[in-house]
Amino acid sequence: MVADELIREIKTNVVMGRVDSSDEGYDGKMEGKPGVSELVRDAIKQDISGKRLIDALSEAMVTVGEKYDSGEYLIPDMLAGAESVGTAMDILEPHLIHSDVKSKGTFVIATVEGDLHDIGKNIVATLLKGAGYNVKDLGAGISAEKIVEAVKEYNAEFVGLSALLTTTMIKMASVIELMESEGLRSKVKVLIGGAPTSPDFAKKIGADAHCRDAFEAIDILRDITP
Amino acid sequence: MNDGTFRAGTLVAPTFRLSEEQIRILHDSSLRVLNDLGITCFNEEAVSLFEEAGCITAISDGENAWNIRIPEKVVMEAIESAPSRIVLGAPDWANRLILDSREARVYFGTGSETNIFLDTEIADFVCTTDSSITMRHPIYKEKRGTILRLCESARLCDSLPNVDFFIRNVNIQDEGISVSNKDINVFFASLLYTAKHVQAGLVDISSLDNVVRLGEIIAGGTASFQDNPLISFIACLIKSPLQMVEDTTQKVIEISRRGLPLVISSSPQGGSTAPIQEEGMVSLINAEILAGITLTQLVNPGTPALYGAVPVRARLDTLHDFYGAPEFIHYNIDCVEMARFYNIPCYSTAGVGDSKVPGIQATVEKLFSQLAVAQSGAQYIHYAFGLLDRTNIFCPVQAILDDAHISLVREILRPPIVNEEVTEASIVEIRKVTASSTRLFARHIRKQMRRGLVSQPYGLEGEGDRDEALENACAKLKEIQETAEKQLSDEVIDEIYKKIAGVLPKDNFEL
Ligand code: B12
Repeated sequence: MVADELIREIKTNVVMGRVDSSDEGYDGKMEGKPGVSELVRDAIKQDISGKRLIDALSEAMVTVGEKYDSGEYLIPDMLAGAESVGTAMDILEPHLIHSDVKSKGTFVIATVEGDLHDIGKNIVATLLKGAGYNVKDLGAGISAEKIVEAVKEYNAEFVGLSALLTTTMIKMASVIELMESEGLRSKVKVLIGGAPTSPDFAKKIGADAHCRDAFEAIDILRDITP
Repeated sequence: MNDGTFRAGTLVAPTFRLSEEQIRILHDSSLRVLNDLGITCFNEEAVSLFEEAGCITAISDGENAWNIRIPEKVVMEAIESAPSRIVLGAPDWANRLILDSREARVYFGTGSETNIFLDTEIADFVCTTDSSITMRHPIYKEKRGTILRLCESARLCDSLPNVDFFIRNVNIQDEGISVSNKDINVFFASLLYTAKHVQAGLVDISSLDNVVRLGEIIAGGTASFQDNPLISFIACLIKSPLQMVEDTTQKVIEISRRGLPLVISSSPQGGSTAPIQEEGMVSLINAEILAGITLTQLVNPGTPALYGAVPVRARLDTLHDFYGAPEFIHYNIDCVEMARFYNIPCYSTAGVGDSKVPGIQATVEKLFSQLAVAQSGAQYIHYAFGLLDRTNIFCPVQAILDDAHISLVREILRPPIVNEEVTEASIVEIRKVTASSTRLFARHIRKQMRRGLVSQPYGLEGEGDRDEALENACAKLKEIQETAEKQLSDEVIDEIYKKIAGVLPKDNFEL
């Protein structure tokens, strides 16, 4: 496939939500044809620039977003698109180190200590990855120390904390306190979410924003990213 | 005292959704999941127990976990040793429950740990375009869950005739509550206001012995508690797909070691943490519950463990849990049938509204599952009272509505009594009436009423031409609030305060 054609195919496959060739795609007829993983690997072989690929992925994701907004796509379709972009980014990452391509920022995300609920956190991680953030998902039940360690290690600009239990949401405050005592707080924006949390709670513990869902997180990030 | 009585529940003639062959296919596929894929276990003690029983274990790379592959033989032996009949006690002996897998006796109870308590008030409204038109309509106020609201819920549920057991349904978020004293205060608040069986999950394993001691005091001693286990536990040790979490698995081990009744529950969400299609969901949840039950039997053969099925579907717009879905009913019925196949009593799920307030939507979402899951013969149906907003809200007025609706469900499921004798009597009746001048059967209703076979109109029916169900439910709630009392005597309460640590001062529980 020539470069232009490959780029077009990558976009189509993101919109179809096809991580790889085993996926049948939105219209259910595409199983066996190369998916985003295969196509991106091909593109790397052909030396198509990282910037061009990332632009294509974001453009395709904008189309997915529009289809979701218009009601044509539901969350499963949206997540399939975002997962495809996430997979593409994982494949591209080692090739981007020496290029001038910059991600929208590094976002460390975790469910706090004592809490194992991670469905919401995983959705947020997938969609943020699809939106072009470099997402480091630490998992669920993660201590304040580990979260702060990761913020340092990845030099993260954003931290996302999730909690679904009234007994664990208070652990979000511990993470913020620890960041403060380590002198990191002013460098990082903290977003929180999960059913028992609220804008008031975010204010109380000194978080930068509370997000009802992943879409609100994307909007807020767009506003606060320089 | 033990006069051999139990709550009657509703004995139904179960209807089947799966054929014998389909049950066999699902059973085989769950066994394949357990044997070929195995479960990921984060609890080291459980790993040793599985290993000793002959399972293949291996360290899961990167994680502090093990992969355990459980062969058929180990699962089948556990199923054999799990009791098929479990008695759950109650402070009032007449409230005891008998759960027998060979009998489709259905009990309904509460459930969830809601953060929001929804108060209802009826207010008068005037039409803005024609002030001669007025109406009465409920106004709802969301309140935080507290100890007092849990007490209020326990008192209400004690009074509702169709509530067979009480699972703590309000999350207590008072200032003085911490992880270490939450469990004891949950059980105390519940048992203070209901004499029905009380069940809850444990937040902190170190509370277990304290909670059991509370049960023993109320039962009248250690031996009486063994005869009459008036409390039991829910352990959601599985995180789907196929993970056994560290701390809840430890709780299962400790509770099983003491031989106390417990629910082994799994709650996969079809479309997010489990396949959305029925056969995929049931293969998975069944494998997960069997793994949990196997663990209970490895710890202590004969541990009374319920097959705890909470399969839920995810919504397509948010991936939130979704209870009004027909698939929710399919999943749950299938699990009831799988549990029956294994001869293990089933803890099942029905009656949650996705709607945030009582009304037509909530009623539709609740009623189909309450009827259909009960019809399948689930022994123990939780979540059935007062739950709205996908288990996040408990609304007392909704619980009263649910009680009225479940009363109808019970009537609907009353099995037929058709035999030569009664049918002959009916022929005689038809002959008499046909020959009479009135040609009315009305007089003969009385005999059937005495047999308890004639149902009443909807319990919350209004008098006028308006729908007054909500108003009547509010009035009923007021009545219960004014008359219901504590269920523990002052002596028992004093003994509890003397012997049990961590119970908050008495004024926290005064309604
Ligand atoms: C699924 C579920 C489980 C699953 C979790 C599976 C998993 N992989 O996460 C299982 C069965 C394992 C489970 C276990 C337990 N659960 Co649970 N669980 C739920 C349930 C039904 C749904 C939660 C969910 O996933 N929602 C779907 C997602 C999409 O929504 P979400 O999490 O809110 O996320 C969205 C937003 O909030 C936001 N968001 C969330 N996090 C973040 C983070 C950031 C950075 C941002 C930007 C946004 C954001 O964006 C997300 C996407 O839109 C809720 C009840 C309910 N109806 O909410 C109970 C619930 C949360 N669980 C509850 C409880 C009590 C438990 C248990 C203690 C056991 C029990 N039921 O007895 C254990 C706890 C284990 C532990 N230590 O954590 C209670 C909590 C009450 C309380 N005490 O506060 C609830 C409310 C149920 C209830 N009413 O009783 N649970």
